Order: sequence, then C-alpha cells, then structure tokens
Amino acid sequence: MTALTALTLAQARDGLAKKTFSAVELADAHLAAMEKARALNAYVLETPDRAMAMARAADARLSAGKAGPLEGIPLAVKDMFCTEGVRTTACSKILESFVPTYESTVTAQLWRDGAVLLGKTNNDEFAMGSSNETSYFGPVVSPWRREGDTAALVPGGSSGGSAAAVAARLCYGATGTDTGGSIRQPAAFTGIVGIKPTYGRCSRWGTIAFASSLDQAGPFARTVRDTAILLRSMSGHDSKDTTSVDRPVPDYEAAVGRSVKGLRIGVPKEYRMPGMSAEIDALWDKGVAWLKEAGAELVEVSLPHTKYALPAYYIVAPAEASSNLARYDGVRYGLRVPGRDVIDMYERTRAEGFGKEVRRRVMIGTYVLSAGYYDAYYLRAQKVRTLIKRDFEVCFEAGVDAMLTPATPSAAFGVGEKTKGDPIEMYLNDIFTVTVNMAGLPGIAVPAGIDAQGLPLGLQLIGRPFDEETLFALADVIEKAAGHLHPSAWWV
Amino acid sequence: MRWVFGPGRLCYERRSRNLGPKPPMSVDIATVRRIARLARIAVADEELEHLGGEINAVLSFVEQLGEVDVAGVEPMTSVMPMAMKKRHDVVTDGEDADRVLRNAPVSENNFFVVPRVVE
Repeated sequence: MTALTALTLAQARDGLAKKTFSAVELADAHLAAMEKARALNAYVLETPDRAMAMARAADARLSAGKAGPLEGIPLAVKDMFCTEGVRTTACSKILESFVPTYESTVTAQLWRDGAVLLGKTNNDEFAMGSSNETSYFGPVVSPWRREGDTAALVPGGSSGGSAAAVAARLCYGATGTDTGGSIRQPAAFTGIVGIKPTYGRCSRWGTIAFASSLDQAGPFARTVRDTAILLRSMSGHDSKDTTSVDRPVPDYEAAVGRSVKGLRIGVPKEYRMPGMSAEIDALWDKGVAWLKEAGAELVEVSLPHTKYALPAYYIVAPAEASSNLARYDGVRYGLRVPGRDVIDMYERTRAEGFGKEVRRRVMIGTYVLSAGYYDAYYLRAQKVRTLIKRDFEVCFEAGVDAMLTPATPSAAFGVGEKTKGDPIEMYLNDIFTVTVNMAGLPGIAVPAGIDAQGLPLGLQLIGRPFDEETLFALADVIEKAAGHLHPSAWWV
Repeated sequence: MRWVFGPGRLCYERRSRNLGPKPPMSVDIATVRRIARLARIAVADEELEHLGGEINAVLSFVEQLGEVDVAGVEPMTSVMPMAMKKRHDVVTDGEDADRVLRNAPVSENNFFVVPRVVE
C-alpha cells in the first residue's frame, strides 16, 4: 500500500470521501513524517494538538455528510499568515513571541473548507529573501541534493519552508506569499507546483505585510490539480482588504485537463538572455514543443522593459517595506528593548529585532522615500512599472493568451553559497518572476525536468489578469509531459 | 550597467554611463547615519561603512532606471484598475481592549506603556 503521505491532495480527498482512511489517520501520518524530517527545518512550529482536534472535527463532518471541499486535508501555513492562538513570527526575532488574536482571511477560508493545520512553515525574515537563509530560525534545507553529493541546498525563498514541506511529503499542500517570486522560485527549486494569482485575487488581510502593492498569497502542492483545488478555497472577495477584487471564484480544478488547442502562447524574447545556461534554454524549448504538440500556437513576443523590472522592484519593494515595518516599534506587540528615551527604545528594538537583510531593505526604502529623492527613485520606479505592465497589455491585446518562460535562471544553489557577497547576486534569482508582480499578473511555476546534477528545474506560465484557469490548463500539459519529480528521502 | 550571465550562475558587471542629472548614486557615512536615524534603527559606528557599501551596491544596481524614457508616463497607483471601495462610516468592531493589548510588551489599565515622552 502507498504511504498515506505519498498520495496527492485530490487522492486524499477522494479517499476520505470513500472512507478508505480517516482525517485522523492522515494527520497522524503527516505528523510522524514531520517528526522524522526535522533536519530540514521546514516547520518553525508544529501544531500536533490542533491538527488532531481539527482532524477529529473533520471526521465528524465527513460522517455527517457535511464535508467541505478540503475536509480533513492536512496543510502547512507559511509563518507570514496570522493564525489565531498560534504563534506567528514572519520568522523574525521582532515577532518571536507574537500570538495573533485573529485569523488571516486566507487561512480562515481554508479552515472554513475543512482543512487541517499541521504547523507553520519557515520563510525568509518578513519574506525578504530568495533562499530562506534570512530566517531568524535558521535556513531550510532542501529535500533535494545533487547526485552523489550530500551538501545542503537551499529550497529557494522566501516560502522555502512551505516548498520543502510539500516536496518532502510533510503536507499535501501549503500556503505561500509571493512579492517578487517567493512562491514560484521555491516551487521550481523543489520540483513542485506553485501559483501566484492575480493581485487582488486573495485577500491580504491578516497576512504580515512586506510590500503591499506586490504581495499576493498563493498555494503550493505536488500537482497542478492540487494547486487548483487549494487556490479556489484561498480566493475570493474580502471587504477587509480594499485591493481585494469582487468577482466570482471559478472552479479552477475544472480547468485542469481543459484543451489548450488554439491558445496563443507568447515566448518573450527578452527572457532569452545572452549567456543563459544551456540547460535552461533547452528546458524552455522543451516546454515550447510540449505546448505545440498539445495544439497551442507559440509566438515570439517582446516585453521591452523586462530588464528594468528588477531594479524598479528594488525601489518599490523596500520603499513599501520601510513603511509597513514602521509598526514594529516595541510598543503594541513584539520585542521591546529598553532605552534611555522613547526614540532610543525604538532604535534598539529595531536594531535587535530585525535581521541584516531586513535592516538593509528598510534603510534603502527609507532613503529612496526621503525628502528630495522621492521623485528620482520611487516615482520613477512606479512609472517604469506602468511601462512594464503596458508591455504585457500590448501582447494580450494582440491576442496572446499566456506566456511561457523559465521560472528561475538556475537550479537550487548551496546553503551559504550566495550570502557572503553582493546582495544583488541573490536578487538576480527573481529576474524571471519579478515582472509578474510588478504587473500584478498571475504566474504559475511547474516542474519541467531535472538538470545534469539531478536537480529540479521549472517553467513559468504568465497569464492575463484573473485568467488563472488558462494557466492551470497549460501547466497540466507540461506536467503530463514532464512527469512528477520526487526527492529521495535521505533525512528519514 | 548590464547583466551578464556566466555559466551556471549569474553575475553582473557595472558600466558607467552618462545619464544626465540624477540623484547621488552613492551615500557617504554621514548619510548612512542619517538614514539609520530616519529608519529608527540603531547602527554601531563600525557597521556604518559596510552598510554603506551594501546600500551603494543596490543604488548602483537601480541606476539603470535613469535610462528609461518616462516622459508622459503615469506612475502606477493601482495594480488592478478598480474604483476605490467605500463603506458606511459606522463602528463595526471594538470594545475589545484585552485582545488589542494581549501582545503588548508593557501595558497598564488598558493602556500601552512607553518611556516618558513629555517632560
């Protein structure tokens, strides 16, 4: 018999409905797997008691015929989502002992639909990072290793714990947040599926804010179908978030397996950068071939402002972060370090409570917003952002339904490999994903192959606003052609 | 500046370019100290130089935005175009001091306590 943790979310759902196993058994199997996988540091808090209580309640609803769409499905939640009565830290010392008295809208909807919380997953501090190495709780170790090598690799970031937990079968799915690639890059590094929906699709209420005009929640899972199932529960209008969009949530799962015949898929030429790794190039070509075989029409498109997305991002995101993180002052919640006077208390609290990368970004944001520089930096970056969005709009108006690009410029790298040098080298991880946040569009990362060292590589599909369904249909074609990727469980 | 992809990993090189009038693309120690003060983050004197170097690396990276023609371009203010949502100006929540104060480092009689601010 297949281990319960090896099932897909859809298989688990169907098995629960048929009473093949119970929600308590599923929760139990995952809690046991989590205990054996602590070397990965994927969870920063395990919630076994809550998981068992939620599973028992799910079993009762299943017996009573009152099951929700995710009834009894054990999930992990990134530590950026506030969970009532369950410590939520953003993986920062400044929130080390914060226990929210409210529940984020996204997680509340998961529990409404019957899901079971296994625990909170590790992430880069305040989601600022691309390797999960800036976490106050230490780095996450990827379940993947290079062939014949035991060196620890990063799972990507910032949602590294969620991605590692899903890939290592420590949950059926997990939530993530994506500000510049924090769902899609770790999904690609760990060989799983992750989608950042259109800005406004998921409520940001109760999610710890990083850069409000870029932040968007989304799910991770091991299959396209499972990701679609989760997104439906996470999406929907919320009056508590003014940027939440009031439009119906489609049945995303129904789009999985839908024909892609006749769809026009753009291949942006600016993403094929000179000197790009031949493996990534070849992977991209394979993706093109698979979609063509499925009846899609592939066309070259141009997104001329692509190269300005990352520099514009590194103005907009720190600027918004410096403003959002002003609330951590040692007064209302979180760490307080006493000082001579109130200003000294603020300064000591923030110096001790924030890690290096967060301090750097808050300072950059403060600088670019400071008197005299606002127009030169922030305003100019927001104008460039309009141009980046317009590039996509021109293509969509010309009849392009979606775009196909690589998800990352390389496979996962080693823990500690990129933290010593220039911060820009780490930032370059997000060159293919960050444009999507700048334009507010939906993007999905789907596993497409492995590199010469045996590590997963992913492709990204970018869609029209609120057309996540087309992304699921296209990602399904790639998944069917590429198959599923699983790391061998060396940690057990 | 432009990006150059090396085999297997990314790197970049800096190219100086005449961009016309622009804000200073590097900060000195005094400016780093001023930014730290504005950001309310205590920075030890011996960290200023290193931090300045890191900030300068980022400023140098974003310098290339100077070459984009943004004349007549509206800055993005709303990611998804939508009418500003409004609600009735009524009390929907409150009278819950205990929950509001539960995570406060120091509180007293339903107040947050801070060091003396007014002499």
